[in-house]
Amino acid sequence: MRKVAVQTTLNGEPVEFLCEPRQSLLEVLRDVLNLTGTKEGCLTGDCGACSVLFDGRVVCSCLVLGVEAQGAQIQTVEGLAHGNELSVLQRKFLEHAALQCGICTPGFLIAAKALLDHNLNPSESEVRYALAGNLCRCTGYDKIVRAVMDAAKEMREREAYG
Amino acid sequence: MGSHTTESSFRVIGTRPIRHDGVEKVTGRAKYGADYYVAGMLHGKVLRSPHAHARIKSIDFSRALALPGVKAVVTGKDLPEGENKTVPLGEMTVNPRYLGQNILARDKVLYYGHAVAAVAAISPHIAEQALELIEVDYEVLPPVLSVEQAMAEGAPILHPDLRNEELGDVPTNVAKHVVLTRGDVEAGFREAHFIVEREFRTSMVHQGYIEPHNALAIYNADGKATIYCSTQGPFEVRGMSAAVLGLPVGSIKVVPAEIGGGFGGKTTVYLEPLALLLAMKTGQPVKMVMTRSEVLRATGPTSGSLIRVKMGCTKEGKITAAKIWMAYEAGAFPGSPVGAATMTVLAPYAIPNVQIDGYDVVVNKPKTAAYRAPGATNAAFAAETVIDELAELCGIDPLDIRILNGAREGTPHPAGPPYRRIGFIETCEAIKASEHYRSNLEGPNRGRGVASGFWFNAGMQSAAVVNIHLDGTASVVTGSPDIGGTRAACAMIAAEVLGLNVEDVRPVVTDTDSIGHTDVTGGSRVTFATGMAVFRAAEDALAQLKERAAKLWECKVEEVEFRDGKFYCKTNNATPLSVSELAKRLPRLGGPVTGRATVNARGVGPSFATCCIDVEVDPETGRVQILRCTVAQDAGRAIHPAYVEGQMQGGTAQGIGWALNEEYIYDSDGHLMNSTLLDYRMPTCPDLPMIETIIVEVPNPGHPLGVRGVGEVSIVPPPAAIANAVYRAVGVRMTELPMSPARLWKAIAQKESTRSGLGRAQHG
Ligand code: FES
Ligand code: FES
Repeated sequence: MRKVAVQTTLNGEPVEFLCEPRQSLLEVLRDVLNLTGTKEGCLTGDCGACSVLFDGRVVCSCLVLGVEAQGAQIQTVEGLAHGNELSVLQRKFLEHAALQCGICTPGFLIAAKALLDHNLNPSESEVRYALAGNLCRCTGYDKIVRAVMDAAKEMREREAYG
Repeated sequence: MGSHTTESSFRVIGTRPIRHDGVEKVTGRAKYGADYYVAGMLHGKVLRSPHAHARIKSIDFSRALALPGVKAVVTGKDLPEGENKTVPLGEMTVNPRYLGQNILARDKVLYYGHAVAAVAAISPHIAEQALELIEVDYEVLPPVLSVEQAMAEGAPILHPDLRNEELGDVPTNVAKHVVLTRGDVEAGFREAHFIVEREFRTSMVHQGYIEPHNALAIYNADGKATIYCSTQGPFEVRGMSAAVLGLPVGSIKVVPAEIGGGFGGKTTVYLEPLALLLAMKTGQPVKMVMTRSEVLRATGPTSGSLIRVKMGCTKEGKITAAKIWMAYEAGAFPGSPVGAATMTVLAPYAIPNVQIDGYDVVVNKPKTAAYRAPGATNAAFAAETVIDELAELCGIDPLDIRILNGAREGTPHPAGPPYRRIGFIETCEAIKASEHYRSNLEGPNRGRGVASGFWFNAGMQSAAVVNIHLDGTASVVTGSPDIGGTRAACAMIAAEVLGLNVEDVRPVVTDTDSIGHTDVTGGSRVTFATGMAVFRAAEDALAQLKERAAKLWECKVEEVEFRDGKFYCKTNNATPLSVSELAKRLPRLGGPVTGRATVNARGVGPSFATCCIDVEVDPETGRVQILRCTVAQDAGRAIHPAYVEGQMQGGTAQGIGWALNEEYIYDSDGHLMNSTLLDYRMPTCPDLPMIETIIVEVPNPGHPLGVRGVGEVSIVPPPAAIANAVYRAVGVRMTELPMSPARLWKAIAQKESTRSGLGRAQHG
């Protein structure tokens, strides 16, 4: 199959890649660009392990075609930390033991970031609904929800004082 | 989050450090099985049966092989037939013939999704295209889809050569009948004042790990192979792959990748031998990753079951007799966890008269695999519901009936010697004393239920190596894949023994060539058994360090003392040395120090959990909302309490999913109707409340640190606890899992129309 050249912005950097029109964005990230932090759990949009930010919105990258990334801003788990400094969300996930096997973690971090990007004061129920598209089979979600709420709190305090 | 902690003098154990593999997992750097890529790699895909039961008349794959980019096609004929007997594999047993036939069907397909052929091609898309070009001629046979059907006279037979000792030389679908008895049940029922008898049904459910199965196999011209995969048991993958392919065990090295959940489902092999077979055929590395639909159709699940319970008690609630009949679906090949079910079902209680019959029954559904406390949850759903009903008849609190009849030290376990020190009663007391249980639950259609559960936990073999580095840091090497934080637990144990900071101990999970045989990450055994090996290996390293200090100080080794992280000489006043100060000098004191230990761990301490759940039922729709949930579990000793809580919360969430939504739905031809995560409905974040945990610590006398193992038992109580809560909310006893909205709505409607109870309570 003929490949298509696609120009996109990935984690803030301009990136060009070649992909087959039938390849999903998830396949492109993993198989073409070697960014295996974004995970595959179902390929049907049901698990959220493949979540990325697409122009600031959470999408299941398994349901987006690679060619659709043309001209878009894509953000993946690999772009969350600033150099060697973890983002607040990443740090809170560690402090709260919000991961067990960790396969769902990249997707949860992305979905949680999308929430906190526009709501730094979410209620528990808002957090739960914002994460409704992500399945975790290990944790029962308890520690994930706590980590996100605590990250929001720290970010609020930072905003207020700092 | 409460904790019943025994007084502790530990420095590291019981704290909550950040796990060592954490940063890699929040940055996307950790490598799971599907994240491995090697040059020249081919992609393998599997053709699966569209029928639940059929004879394979012929397979023609010539057109597939002719497709450009296709490198090889294999079928069941490419596997050696394998011996039809159980052979030991570590402490597990496998039947190589059945195992091989599950990996690639030979003469018959036995379930919808059964693997029939596999293709290797230069891209996954081409491999998929090739599958469509394979022509299989089937003679479709009638499927057997329930234990009743399978056990009925004249039922279609799955395995013409399957025999069971009781029936003699007659073809059958019943692979095994296990019996457990104590006392005289009929006499026990005569002593009873109340007797409750009910029948329960549960559906197959899947472990539901988010990461699909994967394998990457490399085969070299010298006959040596390497398999990268996400597995709970690298040594089992090695042994099983060798058995299925007829290769020497030592020719295969298995490298365990990070693993995205297993819950028992990744203790066996599906893709690993196939990828290796294709690699052998093509001379190129072959990678295989399942789709979600393949995971649901052809891996896991755990058994559906039919269970009849009859139990009697005195007016005061003392249980006098229990008679239980249970049949478990093994799936397409023998080996359901019915044996464990018979041994766990009454394990929390001291009941003088017991008779339990268990049947292992083959049906045209996927071969079942272990799932968190295998067999125990189905059984507890039945028994714990009946106990709740007895408590109601006696007019006593459901926790009190459990405490009254509860097993304690010295109570004979139904399947073995008397218990040593156990914490069952303590879990009931902890719930009883909890703010949750003492709070009032108000409002219509709301109810509170409790239930308890038991799991054996496992010992088995583990090895560990502790290396002391020259800067005084250490590494801990084990062969136990880390699913939920066990690396951190192992590092903490070593740090405790060696007086090091936990950050200065690097835990490593290595491949099958680099550590002694280590059985699966399963049976809640890693922190117990591998932890025991780590403890001893660290002690071994410490003993060697003392020898080196003695050498330095020119004193006897007995004169060297280690306390608070420092070595002292009792006889001369040499300056005390820390581990790192001594480590620096090792090159001049005889070279590196490596502590090592292997265990075949005895002294397993069983786990108990008790759970309290509040629900609200919507009578219009039959939907159950979990309002509040608290679980108390005996951990023995919580090494890393946050990950102990994590196990308790995760197990409870799976139990809730099993109770309310999860089930394998088949049509009458045996096709699985819900093989996506949209239709196989696992709990999502908004479905659950916070899961409150109470860690009970009754130290296990069989472990140097008191550890019991915490991975499994919390899944056991929730279905019964929810059924009991639903009863208090709307007055119907649910006897079938899952208690899905449709089923519950129907039960409520039936109750409204008949206004008569469903149970048969009688005075004896
Ligand atoms: S892999 Fe995309 S939602 Fe599951
Ligand atoms: S931590 Fe394993 S699926 Fe979420």
